[in-house]
Amino acid sequence: MNPRISLLLFVMAGLVVAFAPLPAPAVAPQARTFRIDARQYAYSPSELKVNAGDTVILQLVSNDVVHGLYVDGYDISVEADPGQTATLTFTADKLGSFRFRCNVTCGAMHPFMIGKLTVSNNNWLYRSIGLSILATFGLLLFPRPSLITDY
Amino acid sequence: MELTRLPLLKSALKSRYPQLAVFIVMLIGYIFAILAGLIGTPVGSHNFSIVFVWIAWWAILILVAVPFFGRGWCAVCPIPLPGEWLQRGAILAPPDKRPKWLNLRVPKMFRNIWLQNISFLLLALFSSILLTTPNITGIVLAAMLFAAIGLSTIFERRAFCRYLCPVGGFIGLYSQTAPIELRIKDKQVCVKCEGKPCYNGSQAGYGCPWDVFPGGLTKNTYCGLCMECIRTCPHDNIAVNLRPFSADLAKPSNRMDEAFKAFIMLGSAMIYAGVLLGPWGMFKDAAYNVGSSAWFVYAIIFLAIIFVILPGFFTLALSLTLSNGHPSPTGRGVGVRAFASLSSALIPLGLMFWVAFSLSFVLTNASYILAALSDPLGLGWNLFGTANTAWQPMLTTILAPAQTLALVGGLIWSARTAQKAANEVKVSSIPVIVYSLIVTSIMLWLLL
Repeated sequence: MNPRISLLLFVMAGLVVAFAPLPAPAVAPQARTFRIDARQYAYSPSELKVNAGDTVILQLVSNDVVHGLYVDGYDISVEADPGQTATLTFTADKLGSFRFRCNVTCGAMHPFMIGKLTVSNNNWLYRSIGLSILATFGLLLFPRPSLITDY
Repeated sequence: MELTRLPLLKSALKSRYPQLAVFIVMLIGYIFAILAGLIGTPVGSHNFSIVFVWIAWWAILILVAVPFFGRGWCAVCPIPLPGEWLQRGAILAPPDKRPKWLNLRVPKMFRNIWLQNISFLLLALFSSILLTTPNITGIVLAAMLFAAIGLSTIFERRAFCRYLCPVGGFIGLYSQTAPIELRIKDKQVCVKCEGKPCYNGSQAGYGCPWDVFPGGLTKNTYCGLCMECIRTCPHDNIAVNLRPFSADLAKPSNRMDEAFKAFIMLGSAMIYAGVLLGPWGMFKDAAYNVGSSAWFVYAIIFLAIIFVILPGFFTLALSLTLSNGHPSPTGRGVGVRAFASLSSALIPLGLMFWVAFSLSFVLTNASYILAALSDPLGLGWNLFGTANTAWQPMLTTILAPAQTLALVGGLIWSARTAQKAANEVKVSSIPVIVYSLIVTSIMLWLLL
């Protein structure tokens, strides 16, 4: 096959993998409440999974010093004093995987106090792995002519 | 394309003054970082030493300097300066041939990058406290400065930079991918040149501080871009060139110290992505509580991933192709040669792993830079009116696509490099490409 046509096909396939809309699981939205215990330098639970459209209620309980919880992508946050509970409520209307992290300096490892919220599926991860596989196949099937060997 | 044909650039490189001006600014910044670490606030995210070294400097180094300028950082790094000035007995004066100190040659057994591999790993194992605790950062920065001074009084040239610096080791490895190189123009000129002033020095300048004969340069790894040879060459035979990315990897190295450097860097990026940026508090506790039993387990796992698991699976992948009926082109040692040569495919991949990891870390914490600029010691100053800048992650919406671009791009770059290296050692590149795909998928899972 003409190398330019092959390249074009692979680029188009890549665009499909990266941007084609995926069917969202049809699950009725509901209210999801999580109690999150915060201590230096971890959240428990540290991984949350909700469905698209769910109303998420995060009850942040600080067990030692003042901690916060900021959700990447949603740009919302809450702070909890030691021994206190603070609540953050939002609608999970953005799909994908988002880090949540402490936004109140709480000690040395504060920048790495991180958790993970997944809304529906982590589609970007699957797309990225798909792109990796596609790129690998492309390179194996269509190496540069100078690199074709019998080995 | 020869950049030194540009008269302005060439005169800037030949003159010592522009470089000295940058050196002095860097040295002042470095000493201030040491002092800030030792006397400033213990809160890392408000201390100049942590914010400017591990966020600002690191971002510039790994996202810009190394990928585009190779050893460009080494050209302006202040660490060797005091030792070099002491060694030479001068800052700008013409060199005196008489050695000022012991001026010994580094023993042959240490003339490789194994010590740099060890020094990097030592820092890596303690990185959780190093990256977050100002006085530890201050002590390590001071230790590097004093080690460079000490080695300059014992050994000739820049022994610290060449054989011990934990940063210089990986900059050298990844500088092979950069689109900048320093090379000679005409080999015959070097062959006929008497006295080899580029290596031995002359009244025009010092012999190569990096212990490299420029006439034999074929890759960037050990050239520190100090530009001394441009000043000393009496035949104007040294050029700085713009070239395609990763040109040095077309002829991969056979050295095991460099091969393991590639695994150390690849593995460290993956471990950091999991431990520092992942949601698992248990790993963070283990990495931070140095000396605890959990930390020892962490250290063992860290070293096992780097020295056993990653190279082990790589060897297994290679054995599939080597045992597949392909006769050895060079007889004994083909396995070792294939291992070392094909590990060069992991150099662009490792660099892009670090880019992807650093994007996350830097974009999330960059807003601390403004606050630390106004209050570098955390003493309540407000020098530029930015001390109270609130923490705010930057560009979080483009972070995941940027990381994917870096990692998938790195995989493609790595696969192309594997195909070239496999051509050199006459084996199949497929196992290395599949290996790269698997580790890239793991890195994607850790970061996204």
